[in-house]
Parts: sequence; structure tokens; C-alpha cells
Amino acid sequence: MNKNIKFIQGNEACVEAALYAGLDFFAGYPITPSTEVAEHLSSRLPQIGGKFIQMEDEIASMCAIIGASLTGHKVMTATSGPGFSLMQEALGYAIMTEIPCVIVNVQRGGPSTGLPTSVGQGDVGQALWGTHGDHAIIALTASNHQDVFDITVHAFNMAETYRTPVVLLFDEVVGHMRERFFMPEPGELPLVERLRTSVKGGVDYHPYLPREDGRLPMSDFGAEHRYNVTGLFHDMWGFPSNNPGVVHGLIRHLMDKINNNVHQITRFKEYYLEDARTVLISYGSAARSALHVVENRRKRGERLGLLELQSLWPFPFGLVRKKCADARYVVVVEMNMGQILQPVRMAVDPPEKVFLANRIDGVFINPTDIRNILRLIQGKGM
Amino acid sequence: MMERCRLVFSGSGGQGIITAAVILAEAAVLHENLIAVQSQAYGPEARGGASRSDVIIADSEIYFPKVNQPNVLVCLTQEAYNKFYSIIRPGGLLLTDSRYVRTWDKVDAMQRELPMYETVMEKIGKPIVFNIFMLGVLITMTNLVSPESIIKVLETRIPPGFLEMNKKALYLGTELVK
Repeated sequence: MNKNIKFIQGNEACVEAALYAGLDFFAGYPITPSTEVAEHLSSRLPQIGGKFIQMEDEIASMCAIIGASLTGHKVMTATSGPGFSLMQEALGYAIMTEIPCVIVNVQRGGPSTGLPTSVGQGDVGQALWGTHGDHAIIALTASNHQDVFDITVHAFNMAETYRTPVVLLFDEVVGHMRERFFMPEPGELPLVERLRTSVKGGVDYHPYLPREDGRLPMSDFGAEHRYNVTGLFHDMWGFPSNNPGVVHGLIRHLMDKINNNVHQITRFKEYYLEDARTVLISYGSAARSALHVVENRRKRGERLGLLELQSLWPFPFGLVRKKCADARYVVVVEMNMGQILQPVRMAVDPPEKVFLANRIDGVFINPTDIRNILRLIQGKGM
Repeated sequence: MMERCRLVFSGSGGQGIITAAVILAEAAVLHENLIAVQSQAYGPEARGGASRSDVIIADSEIYFPKVNQPNVLVCLTQEAYNKFYSIIRPGGLLLTDSRYVRTWDKVDAMQRELPMYETVMEKIGKPIVFNIFMLGVLITMTNLVSPESIIKVLETRIPPGFLEMNKKALYLGTELVK
């Protein structure tokens, strides 16, 4: 037996990855279907000298991880739709103050308290526009446990690289399902560590002055340097400012540091796209059903392919445009009313060749659901 | 040995059917070098309420993790039987407990109504090992995994004080259908 083989839930794979990436502080308020993330970390973190706090609610959880990150820790919280809604104010604060953190949202059926134990992918749009004001965000997803691990590590790396919150949009099926998983060895996956300033104590330190490459070296709050952190627009020292030049510059910086690095952030997988006449685009657990259909149809010689997106925001417009250029039909497979369909339609020319295969009733989308849509598009009826 | 076996375990929350499904799938992956996925559907209740767990065991990659038409369907309550009996795959195995389920229709599958609960109560006297007893019956009828593989998983998942009782339940289950 391979000593690294495990049979675990997606939520546990996420925990293993977070610890692998160096997580040492978690604050959260358990909610189905994300509970196992908190459950496992509550026993694992104390064993390695980390901190686990069960907070009074989700906004407090978010605020706690922001504070801990600022003092130099790698941090995470985990929730589902209802809790993610409560986190939005503090999420905006983390974006504005450029504090690295990872937020896991194991999606269930929504809106509101919705369907606690059922699957959904309705929080995709919220991950980007749940908090107010112009901003950019990184949101990642995965469809199997090995990828949950890789993508979670990627999330921590992206949070550190761009000093930004990263949202992990998993879902009930991936979170709860158990499957085979091989634990990577230490060093197998690259890790990005906190970039700390080389400015000595007592020397003027500019926490919000980006280097030439756009990165901002941090100083553990409460240690060598005294500086200000605020959700107000702020200058390079972190002090509030309503100077139009400062305001404009900060908004541009917050957008550009992510949108100018789409290639570094984007993750995807592709199956049989070389000659595909019909391209399925899917993500998260829905991509499993899409792949099931593609594998079966390929055996019959049908030219069907799958583009599995693992990064949803910033949306990889260029990638989608390129991969769909020769397709006759593009079918977006997701468990919502078309939240990724919209940007795909913006990317693909002409948008009329893009269709939606979805399911919104809390039932996991079935290969038959996808096949029925394919038949309809091809004029074969249901 | 096998291509793909799809199983559905159904019953009431608290009967341990999800645990049984997890133990079976874990045994297949860790000790039989097979590929398996396990998923579940349940309501917000901690006990009571219908619960169901799907397991697929195969020798190739499994993408769609749910079961539409099981080769093996286990029903441990009347409600579960009423709800699911008709989804059995033709030629499959429908296993019910004769104390909890009164079958009322014939299906195109092998139908076994066994006194699992009664035997557990008579020989062990504790209902908590009902699920493991059922697993003993199931692996003997299907040859999916060996009892030794199940025991290896039990040794890591069951508190030491309850291990012997669970091993005995598994053994008695295998004996019931030998």
C-alpha cells in the first residue's frame, strides 16, 4: 500500500493542502457543507502549534483572519453561501487593505439559507461582486480531490503573491464526496512565502508603496514598524486620503495587480479540445458529469471536448476565446442560472453558439441532463 | 475481476448506513487496489429522516460519482424500500432486512430478505453493529472486497473498546449467507 494514499472527503483534501501551504491560523463558524474543514482543523492546527478559533459568526471569522494575517500568519476561513454573505464587508476590507487570506466557500443551494445539504454553484457571481466598489478578486475551484489539494495550495500562493483575498469555490459534492487521494510529499508543490520588507526598524517604511513588479513587501503588524491600516483610501503610509490622484492610483493598482496577471493566476484542464466541434465548459463538481459525457461520446467517435476552468475570476477571456474558436457549439455546464455562461458569451464569437446545460434544483447535474441539452442543440429533440 | 459495481445503501439516519458505505469504499481503495467513490444524500436532521449513500467501486476512473441504477441496493427501512426499490439494475441484488421491510413487489433482480437485525440482537444484543453485520452479508454475497480488508479499516475507524464487537458482527454477517 502506498503510504501516501488516503480515502477522504474533498473538505479534508482542502485541509491537508492548507496545512501543506503553511496555514497556521483558522477562524470560522461551521456551516454545512463546509463543516469538516473546521472540524479537521480544530484537531490538526493545535498539534502543529497553530491556532483554531470558533468565532461567534462569519464576519468575526473574516475579521479574525485578516488580523492574524497582518501579523504574519497564513490564514483561512471556511463557510457556505449564507456565511459568505456575512463576510462580504470584511472581504472588501481585505481587498482594500491588501491582506492575504483564503476564504473557502463550499457551495450549497441558495439564495438565503436555501438547501443546506444539497449541491449548488450559485455563489460564483457573489465571489466577484458580493462586496461593493470597484475591485478585482481571485476565485478558484476544482472537481476532484487531487485538484482540490493543488488548487488550495495555489490559492495560498496567489494570496501571498498579490496580497489579496482568494476565494475557493468548492461545492457540496466535491466537499462531501470521498475518493482516492495521494498526499504530495513536502517540496513537491512550490510554496510562496510572505514577502517581508527589508526596511530596518526606525526607518521610514511605506507599507502601501508597490515595488516595480507591483508587489508590496509586508511588515508583521506590531513588530518592527508602526503603520496605519484602513479601509479608507490611503496613501503609501496607509493614512487616509481623499486626494483624487491617490484614489485613482489605488483603484488602478487593486485592479491591475490581478487583471494584468491573468496568465499567472489562470488554471484549467482540457480534454480532447484539438478537434472538438462541441466544446463543453464546466468547473467544480459539474465538470465530473461533463467529463463523463465527453469520455463516453469520444468512445463512439463524437468530436466532443471539455474545457475545465479551475480559475473563474479573473475570468480567462483570452483562453476561452481561443479554445472555442473552431467549435460549432459551446455548452456551459454549471449548477446555477448561467453565472459563467455570461462571461463565456462575452468571450466567444459569435455568442449565439453558446448554450447552457444547468440544474438548479439541488440535485447533482447528471450526464443525462447534459446529453439531453446536446440532443436539443443538435436538433434531435429530447 | 470487475468493471464497475454501483451500490446504494438506504435507510434511516442513525442506522450507520453512511458509515458502512465509507468503510466498504475505503477498504476497496486502501486494501484492494481499486478505485471507489462514496457520496451521500441526507436531510438536515441528525437522526431519523431518510438517508442514502452511493458507492461506486471500479478498476477505472470514476467521474460521475452518483448512482442512478444500482447493481446492489440495500434497504434497511420500509420508507427507503418504497422510495428506491424500483431503481435496481436488472440482474442486480436487492438486500432488505426482514424486520424493517415488507417487500410488496417483484423486481428483475435477486431479492434477498434476511433477518439481519434479529440475528444481531439475538447473537450480540447491541443494535449499533447492525450496519457492520449487513456489510458482512453484503461482501459475502458480492465478493467485492475481502473481510480482512474490512477489518483493516475497522481497526483504524472503530474505538478499541468496540472493535471486537464489530469484528464479531462482520463475521456473523458472513456466516448468515455462507
